[in-house]
Amino acid sequence: MSARAGLSIERWTPLSAAAVAALAALAVVLAFGPLFLGANAVDRLTTLFIYVMLGVMWNALAGYGGLVSVGQQAFFGLGAYAAIRLASFGVPVYAALALGGVFAGLVALAMSPFALRLRGGEFAIGMWVIAEVCHLLVNLDPLINGETGTSLISLNAFAPQARRDYTYWLALGAMTLLVAVVFSLLRGRLGSSVQAIRDSEEAAASLGVRVLAAKRILFVVAGAGCGMAGTLYLATSISFQPAGYFSVQWTAYMIFMALVGGLGTFEGPIIGAVVFFVLESAFGASGVWYLVGLGATAVVFALYLPRGLWGTLETRLGIRLLPVGYRVRARAEASAAPAAKSG
Amino acid sequence: MIWVNQVIQGVLLGGYYALIACGLSFMFGVMRIINLAHGDLAILAAFLVWAIVEHSGMSPFLALALVLPVMGALGWLLQRVMLERSLRAGMLVPLLTTFGLAIVIQNLLFLAFGADIRSLAPAIGDLAFNSWSLGSHIYIGQLAGLIFLVAVLMLGGLQLMLARTPLGRSIRAIAEDPDTAELVGIDSRRVYAAAAAIAVMTVAVGGTFLGMRATFSPYAGPIQLIFAFEAVVIGGLGSMWGTLAGGIVLGVAQNLGALIAPNGFLIVGHAVFLLALGARLLHQRRKGGA
Repeated sequence: MSARAGLSIERWTPLSAAAVAALAALAVVLAFGPLFLGANAVDRLTTLFIYVMLGVMWNALAGYGGLVSVGQQAFFGLGAYAAIRLASFGVPVYAALALGGVFAGLVALAMSPFALRLRGGEFAIGMWVIAEVCHLLVNLDPLINGETGTSLISLNAFAPQARRDYTYWLALGAMTLLVAVVFSLLRGRLGSSVQAIRDSEEAAASLGVRVLAAKRILFVVAGAGCGMAGTLYLATSISFQPAGYFSVQWTAYMIFMALVGGLGTFEGPIIGAVVFFVLESAFGASGVWYLVGLGATAVVFALYLPRGLWGTLETRLGIRLLPVGYRVRARAEASAAPAAKSG
Repeated sequence: MIWVNQVIQGVLLGGYYALIACGLSFMFGVMRIINLAHGDLAILAAFLVWAIVEHSGMSPFLALALVLPVMGALGWLLQRVMLERSLRAGMLVPLLTTFGLAIVIQNLLFLAFGADIRSLAPAIGDLAFNSWSLGSHIYIGQLAGLIFLVAVLMLGGLQLMLARTPLGRSIRAIAEDPDTAELVGIDSRRVYAAAAAIAVMTVAVGGTFLGMRATFSPYAGPIQLIFAFEAVVIGGLGSMWGTLAGGIVLGVAQNLGALIAPNGFLIVGHAVFLLALGARLLHQRRKGGA
């Protein structure tokens, strides 16, 4: 992190450098988590990491790419399915889990020429239909036993304690990697491109921004990330029932996290995931009322607090902890993004 | 012969899809909004009709007449409280708010009515299973025929309303250019709210007929939204008669798919939708890329 801190004064402030350093330190501390945390805490944190991945991925799509997908459960389910398939071929189970995420990313890449040409609501429901199709196709595989589902039995080769710790580390590693990838992508040329696209796709294209290429990167990363979240969820629950994995509920959770934390802010979905995690721990047991509350909260945030908790705080306080953009400050001369070079 | 029968039944099923889709198509045509709570509003209407029928024993058709103004008011409210503000906030916000609303409706329905699967079929007596015979092995269900007829009447009615009435003229003006329409004295807020009320009333009709021809439960809305959207897209967004054609294509594709494999009904239906979408994109590209 110290190498990065020397980059450019117009994006780094002492506060943001400290924030990134603190986050990196937190990641290191978390890496030793299983050594000092109880079994339950390790399990719960693994779940939190999965939520952070989901929130960050959906926000990368919608908040930066302007792509509202109601079908991200397609990748969540495909990742888990691929892991089960690969494990059945004899691939070591933790490698299969990691490869499940890669597979989901490849599927996203394959469908991107089609999906990314859809606009607005067409893309939203088009993705939903694609998720339904993925669900139906996965059900055709005899290994899955239709809606009855199957289990990742090869995970039972590990003792419960070891399995819990390995899954935790895999989740922590995947989350850190994905957050870092999105952070560095948005800081680079892609960040300027997607900002231009978000403001006006036509204008961006006329300036030489390669709109489709920029969106494709986000779409593939989000596909891989949601797939990875799916395989990790499989690792924590072991059983795979297609209807549970290909449920639109996953996308509902992602939307909630991104909206509440702050759509289009980098830190927002991470905070949204923590909020969601806390709410779920507190009220998840109250079942249906909890879901009513989630839906209603999402509506209220979309209407009255469109920048979410973090976005609002950021504007009020004028701070930026994880800077992906540039800011015009009195002492900073350079204001324009260098990535405005045509691509 | 079985193929012919499947095609005929598919056409009739398409009538139902057109019925459930016409509100979605109308709302998109006027406000450029895709209402993700569309299917859930249909299920809500079906439950309201069901509750009235259960408690009073009245005919579902009469109950629908009572529910229609309620759903119309709900549509008005929906526009005023939620969609108006969403629309101002940009292209994507209506998707987010209507998706949130869908979750709220589904779970409130679950709280109010439980998980049981309901149907209005027992309440319509013979109409649920009587049919007309066409030749040796082909029957047309009376209810399916009625639904098709209602779909045609409703699409035709909407078309006429848009073409001939003052409200229709205002709606078309606003769909064309809201700012200019305001300049010539059209109150866009009222017109939008009226359009939303009309759209949600058509959804109520669709939901009630869904309840008569099949079963429904609190979480049955999303798949109805998907079918409705597929019909609208296959037929061409925003065109009323296109929606009928799209519904028929979807219904026939699904019924033929069902002949191929047990899962074929859904897979082939979705596939035809994705193909139609792909074909349109290709067409747009040719036109735009030249």
